[in-house]
Order: sequence, then structure tokens, then C-alpha cells
Amino acid sequence: MAVRSNIVGIDSPEALEKALRAAYYLADEGLATAAYLGLALGKPLLLEGAPGVGKTEAAKAIAAVLGRRLIRLQCYEGIDASAALYEWNYPRQMLAIRQAGDESIDIYGETFLIERPMLAALRAPDSTVLLIDEIDRADQEFEAFLLEFLSDFQISIPERGTVRAAERPVVVLTSNRTRDLHEALRRRCVYHWIDYPTAEREARIIMMRASSVAEATARAVVAAVEKLRREPLSKAPGIAEAVDWAEAATLLNRGGARWPDAFKRSIGVALKDEEDLHFISPRLDAILAEATA
Amino acid sequence: MSTEPQIPRAARTFISFVALLRANGFAVAPEQTTAFLAAIALLGPRDLDDIRQCALATLAPPPERRATFDRLFDLHFRGSEAIVRDDESEDEETVRLQEEGRGDEEPLLSDDANESGLAATRTEALVERRFAQLSTIDALRRLAREAQRRLPRRRGHRRMRARRGPFADLRRTLRDSVRSDGEILRLGHMKRRQRPRKMLLLIDVSGSMKSRTEDNMKLAHALVQATGNVEVFTFGTRLTRITRALRLKRREQALSAAAHLVSDWDGGTRIGDALQAFLAVPRFGGYARGAAVIVVSDGLERGEPDALRDAVATLSRRAWRLSWLTPLATSPGFRPQTEALVAIERFVDDLVDGGSSASIVAHMLALGRRRAA
Repeated sequence: MAVRSNIVGIDSPEALEKALRAAYYLADEGLATAAYLGLALGKPLLLEGAPGVGKTEAAKAIAAVLGRRLIRLQCYEGIDASAALYEWNYPRQMLAIRQAGDESIDIYGETFLIERPMLAALRAPDSTVLLIDEIDRADQEFEAFLLEFLSDFQISIPERGTVRAAERPVVVLTSNRTRDLHEALRRRCVYHWIDYPTAEREARIIMMRASSVAEATARAVVAAVEKLRREPLSKAPGIAEAVDWAEAATLLNRGGARWPDAFKRSIGVALKDEEDLHFISPRLDAILAEATA
Repeated sequence: MSTEPQIPRAARTFISFVALLRANGFAVAPEQTTAFLAAIALLGPRDLDDIRQCALATLAPPPERRATFDRLFDLHFRGSEAIVRDDESEDEETVRLQEEGRGDEEPLLSDDANESGLAATRTEALVERRFAQLSTIDALRRLAREAQRRLPRRRGHRRMRARRGPFADLRRTLRDSVRSDGEILRLGHMKRRQRPRKMLLLIDVSGSMKSRTEDNMKLAHALVQATGNVEVFTFGTRLTRITRALRLKRREQALSAAAHLVSDWDGGTRIGDALQAFLAVPRFGGYARGAAVIVVSDGLERGEPDALRDAVATLSRRAWRLSWLTPLATSPGFRPQTEALVAIERFVDDLVDGGSSASIVAHMLALGRRRAA
């Protein structure tokens, strides 16, 4: 298997981890290794994990490290080829036919082609990173269609022929695991399961993302969030929520609110479900007191 | 053609690790083995953790089998003495309801509960049984025959050609118009395709449902066979996903595989906790979204009615339609008596008879006639 040179200057997982940190993303060893292998072996990177653990952020950071544009394809139930690959600009084609009169025109020329994310990534493989976000939302037909793209990195447009990438594009797929992905898709990719970060790492993420937050605040948020994640909530707070919570509480604290109270009043930033709030409210004081102790 | 002589000695231990994984039921494709070797060559095996990271990234074990994977890894590369037991994979699909706070494992169903539970169903069960026994096979046949046509459907996003429809088929219209110098003589139409709607079947396998359990399992198998878009769980004191077992084509095989997974047959019931556990696992809870959810249970709850009410309310909001099929509702004028059923009545869309396979099948097939949301 050929080793790709699309990661100039990054010759080990540790180097990639460092570069990601410079792009404000703290990757653990597993993620750095998987991402490094994906880039070096020219394989797509499949990231799975609970919502809010930073899968999409990882893709953004990888694009930043490589100095490339991120093209995002958000998947949804019923997504089809015309939303993912290309579409013809029909009104323009019709207009062109009518205006042409007796002259002959090529209505399948470049000017009538609307590029969608996958085609765009194929045509500019060395300046883009393709993020196929939440692949688990798309239905199985789309997954099958994706298999072809991910193994050959080519797309055929019936009217124009086959578009083939000169170089394998960098592709990152994410999944929240709301359904099982097909084995065939998993095995074409380099795989990593992103877990919630350790308390230490999460505190560092918070301080890196929100520079106004004091270390003690970050640690208190992390302790509280860890407890909340153990509760049967319908939406456990992700990393982004933890960052927001730390920032919001800091803001309230500067406005004069005392500590546990500042956390409590800004809980809506971390828990965004009325029922979750209702469920947790009897124990919230205890959780916060313990976290800020 | 044998490639054996070309395998360098150093690579053998990695290849034999892949073989060990395969022997323990991990699906590893040849290209993954290649990627694994390439990854090790790339990193240069500096220490065992690097090799473990390479293995995780390229061999992609499913997260729920990660513990088994790690044990196999240690066994192979560290020669650890740990006994590798693979049968723990049942844990991946089973959620234990006994948590720390509930350590006081009460007898699964205490005697008095048994009385009230069974007494309520016993008379009906006797009456039902003859009818049900007779018609189960017919009901399953009917399900297989009519599933395609009559199970609930939803409108998909994809469009297909149609003689009439709300969307213009610009691609076809354009192609046709080229033949007439850009003159549009006929406008093509498209409509949205109908697709089978997800279904979620939650089956109570506790003691009070004992008389129905076998038939319900047969029914679940028939449903999984009839349409691909079904998830099936059983609950009693635990929650178990049995969809994968029921995908086996032969019924006896599938049911025995399912029986192997479920460990709480004929025990007590904590419906509320079971449903909470179902919702708490995001992957499971997602199955309910937009689905036709069918709960087959008598609603004789041993746990907190609060937990049950909250779980059913959440389920109802996620589901396209929530049906509660109970053997108690044999007459059309049925009004719920138990505290639990009264608590959840306002959240369920249908509270109907689940006392025979015929009536359950009839309800499932009638769902398709509801307006597609």
C-alpha cells in the first residue's frame, strides 16, 4: 500500500498531535494515530462517538493543519446523488437552447454543471478536505453509493464521462451511531471511536477554547459535566456545551453572581432539554456544590 | 497460488493476530489486514501501544466489543494469562436494569404480584388461547403476505418519475425538449417515493405475559422477515436487543438464537426502567425517531409509575405513532384499570388488544392506513 505524501512535514502521530494542538484541537493518542494513518495511507477516516465529543471539530482541525478548505456534506435521510455529487442547471440549459437558435451548443458543458461537495472534492483533491458529516443519518442506499466513491475515488457523470481524482482526496466521515454502519464502509476506512475526553484533557480544552475562563472554573465545570453525563439524560452535555457553560458562568460571576449560583443560573447553556432540567433539578445543588468544592 | 513464502517472519505475528480475531467472531477483511501491516510499517513498531493503536484504527473493532478486542490483543502480544471469554458479547445488546442503587434484588416477581398479575390475565388467556392457537399460523401467513403493501410507509425524499405529481422533472423535460429545438412540448412530472417506515417492537417477556411470549416471538420473527426496517427488543428485568438473532431466516434457529440472548424470560417487570434504559442508549433511542413504535405488554408495572410515565411520554414524542398492545384490552370498550396503564393512557395513540397473534397482526397491518406524516 502506497504511503502518501500529503502530510508534508508531519512524519509521526505525535507531530500530527502537536500540529492539531496548534490548530486549537486537543487530540488524544488514539485519534492522532488514526488520523495520521488515514492521511498517510490515503484512506478515509471514520470517526464515531456520542454527539458533542468533537468529531466535526476534528475534521475542521485536520483541514486547518493541512491548510486546506473544508467541504462539508451534511447527510440527512433521503440524501441522494444530486445533493452529494452534481446537478445540472436546468433553467440555464433551457435558456441556452432557446437562445442558440440554429447554432449548436454543448448543453452539458462546464458552465451548466453545478458542483456538489463530493465532485468538488474530487476535482480539487490537493486543496480540500471532504467532511461527510453524520453518515448514519443517510439511508442505506446512500451508504452503498458512497462505497463506490470511497474505494475508487471516481464519479461518473453520464453526459460527460468519468471524473477521477488525480490524488486520493482527504475524506473524514463522522457518525453518531444512531444506526449500525455497514461493515463494508467501516473496513474501507481508518476507524476511531472518540470518547468523552478525560477530565484533565477536557479542562485544558475549555481553557484553550475560552481564554477568559479561570482554571478553577474549568475544573468545576468538568467535574459537574462528568456527573451529568452519568445521568440518564436525553442529551448529555458535549464538549461544546461544557465550554459554553464555563464561559457563561464566568460572565455571570463577573456580573456579581457568586460561584455555585453562577453555575446554576447558566445551566441552560449545558442542558438544553426541559425534561432533563426538570429531572436533574432536585440534585443539581448537590452536584454543583460537590463540583465547586 | 500460495503467498505463504513471501510473508516475512516479522509479519507473521500480526497476521496470526488477525486470525485470532476472526476466530473470535470479528469481521476483518483482507484489505484491513494489509492496512494493519502498512500502518505498522509506517509507524515502525516502537512499543506495544503503537501496535494497539494501529490495530484499533485499521481493524476497526465495534466499540461495544472493544473489551474483548483488548483482551485478545493482550493475550496475543503480551501472552497474558487472562482467559478469553467471547460469550460476553451478549452484553453489547443487553442493558442490565439492576444498577447500584437497586442492588436489593427482590425476587423477580413476588408471590402477591404473581397473583394479581396472572389472575387478571388468566381468565382471558384461557378464552383466548384456543382462538390464538388456531390462528397464529394464519396470522403469520397473513403478515408475510400483506406486509409489503400494508405496513406503515412514509414519504421519502427521493423523487421518481410519475404520470402526475407535484414536482417538475426538469432533467427529462430538458432531454425531451432538445429533440424539439428547445421547445417544451410536455412537462415531465415527479413524485416522492413511498418508503417503508421504521418499526420498533418492544416485547414484554415477563412472567405475567408468559402465555403470550412464544407467539409474540414468532410474530417478531415474521415481522423482521417480512420487512427489513424493524428493530426488536425484549424487556422484563433487562432490556435486550434481539433484532440480529431474528434476521436468521429459519424460525427455529432464529428463536433459539434469541432465546440465548434473553436472560429474563418469565421474570418480573420494570417497564419504566426498561424503557428508560432503552432511551438512555442513544443508538437505541434513535430507533424510535419517526418510527411506528409497538409495545406489547400488559402494563403490569412493578417499578415506579413515574418512570414509566416519563419514558412513555418521551417515546411518544419521538415516535410517529405509539401503539400499546395489551392482552387485557380484549373488548372494544376496554378502560385501563392498573395505575401504570392509566398513567400512560394519554401518551399512547392506540391502546388495543394484544391478546392474540391475529389481533396484533391486524393492528400492525392497519397502521399502514394511517395518514403518512
